[in-house]
Parts: sequence; C-alpha cells; structure tokens
Amino acid sequence: MKRFGKFWWDFVVGDDWRVAVGIVLAFGLTALLATTSVPAWWVLPLAVAAVLWLSLRRVAR
Amino acid sequence: MGLTRGWRSTLVGTGAATLALAAIVAALGPALTVIPIEVLRLVVGGLLLVFGLQWLRKAILRASGWRAVRDEDAVFARERAEAANAPRVERAGLDWYAFTISFKGVLLEGLEVAFIVLTFGSTQGSIPLAAVGAGAAVVLVVLAGIVVREPLSRVPENTLAFAVGVMLTTFGIFWGAEGAGVDWPGGDASLPGVLGFVALISLGFVTALRRRRKLAIA
Repeated sequence: MKRFGKFWWDFVVGDDWRVAVGIVLAFGLTALLATTSVPAWWVLPLAVAAVLWLSLRRVAR
Repeated sequence: MGLTRGWRSTLVGTGAATLALAAIVAALGPALTVIPIEVLRLVVGGLLLVFGLQWLRKAILRASGWRAVRDEDAVFARERAEAANAPRVERAGLDWYAFTISFKGVLLEGLEVAFIVLTFGSTQGSIPLAAVGAGAAVVLVVLAGIVVREPLSRVPENTLAFAVGVMLTTFGIFWGAEGAGVDWPGGDASLPGVLGFVALISLGFVTALRRRRKLAIA
C-alpha cells in the first residue's frame, strides 16, 4: 500500500511538490478572479512562469 | 530484456500489460465523457500542468548544464548488466524477472500516454480521433526507426523532452484556465500565444541558468 501510494505521488507530483502546490493556488486565484469583472486569463501563465523559475532556482544555487 | 533474459517471458509480460492498459482505457474512456466539461478541463489542465512542468523542469536543467544529460548507451549497458545478473526465478513457467520488468515498464509508460490521449480526446470531444492520432504517431516512430536505423543515443532526447514539456504545459494552462472559469481573449486563437509564451520563458530560463552555471564554475 505504501509503495502504491509512493508510485502515485511520484507519478503526479514528481521531484518538487512545491510546483503542484503552486499550481493549485494559481487555479484558486484564477477561479476567484474569474467571478469578478477583472480579466483572469493572465494569472495562470504568469503563475506557471513564477513557479517554474522558483523551482529551477532551488536546484541552480 | 528480450536480449538478456529471452523473448518468451518478455513478450508475455508486454502482452499482459497491453491487455491491462486496454482494460483501463475501455473503463476510463466512457467514464470521462459523463464528467461536466468544466470540471474535466480543470482536472485535466492541472494534471497536464504538473506532468508538463516536470518534463520542462528536467529538460531546462539538462539544457543549461545543471543536470547531466542522459547517456543512453550507458543506461542501456547498465540495465543490460543488471538484467543479466538478476537471479532466475520460475513462476507459471515464466522467467518472473523478465515478465515483471516488461509488464511494469509497458504499463507505467503506457499509462502516461493513455492518460494524455484520453484527456486530449475527451476535452476536445473526440476520443476516437485522439486514438487515431496516437496510433499514427506509433506507426511514424516505428517507420522512422526502421528508415533511420540509428541507435537510440542519436535521438536528441532532451530536445524532444523540452518540446513535449512546452506542449503539455501550454495545454495545461489553456484548459486549466478555462476549467477555472476564464474566457481567453480570442478563444482557441489564443492557444498559439500561450504556446509562444511558454516556449519563450523556457528558452529564457535556459539562457539565465547557463549564465548562472558559468558563474558558479568560474
């Protein structure tokens, strides 16, 4: 069971769990903004760029 | 596996995994079509994003020198030696090592491909068309392998991984945002714009990390 859970964790989350958390937070912010009159299409591309750069920087120190 | 442990158990393992994959696809395909499209796009977008960013992150780190580029010849030699040295255990008349390694390899890699094909098909409303596209890709790759007859090490693996990462991330952003309630300016026409943005920032990150690498070495 533990190995089964580890497989799915590696399969979905991968090397850096912060990336998955960042994406979930970005989805939440996008969904919130989409309920207002402010355009929300720009949130996810910028959030992805930020999350990717932070994850890369953690390795490239 | 076939070269080192024999073809019979290897092919049985491959066949069993293919059957298991077919069963999973047959069960999941129809189930996906009953999920509301917004929910499906949000979940699919999220999963494509985490997969895509995993691919892209590794490809950028390799392209900028922060992670070693995979040496396919060395990987092949190491895995061949491991397979040759593994003890032989017979179960159900099969070399169990050859069977399980082949089964796991085909099932796990196949699951990722099946997931991508199913989700692309369901979010665009045509699983059969996505399956035809996947089948055409398999035929093309096999034909290219026969025509080129070059070893796997000649394939620019990291360039392919980079391109796959950019594509998955782009579709993940596009569908994920739509699932979260976003209306893209220009609708589907904005997809090339998202693709260009992801490709540009990724190439920019490669350049920036190469500079960092040079400074770190100097």
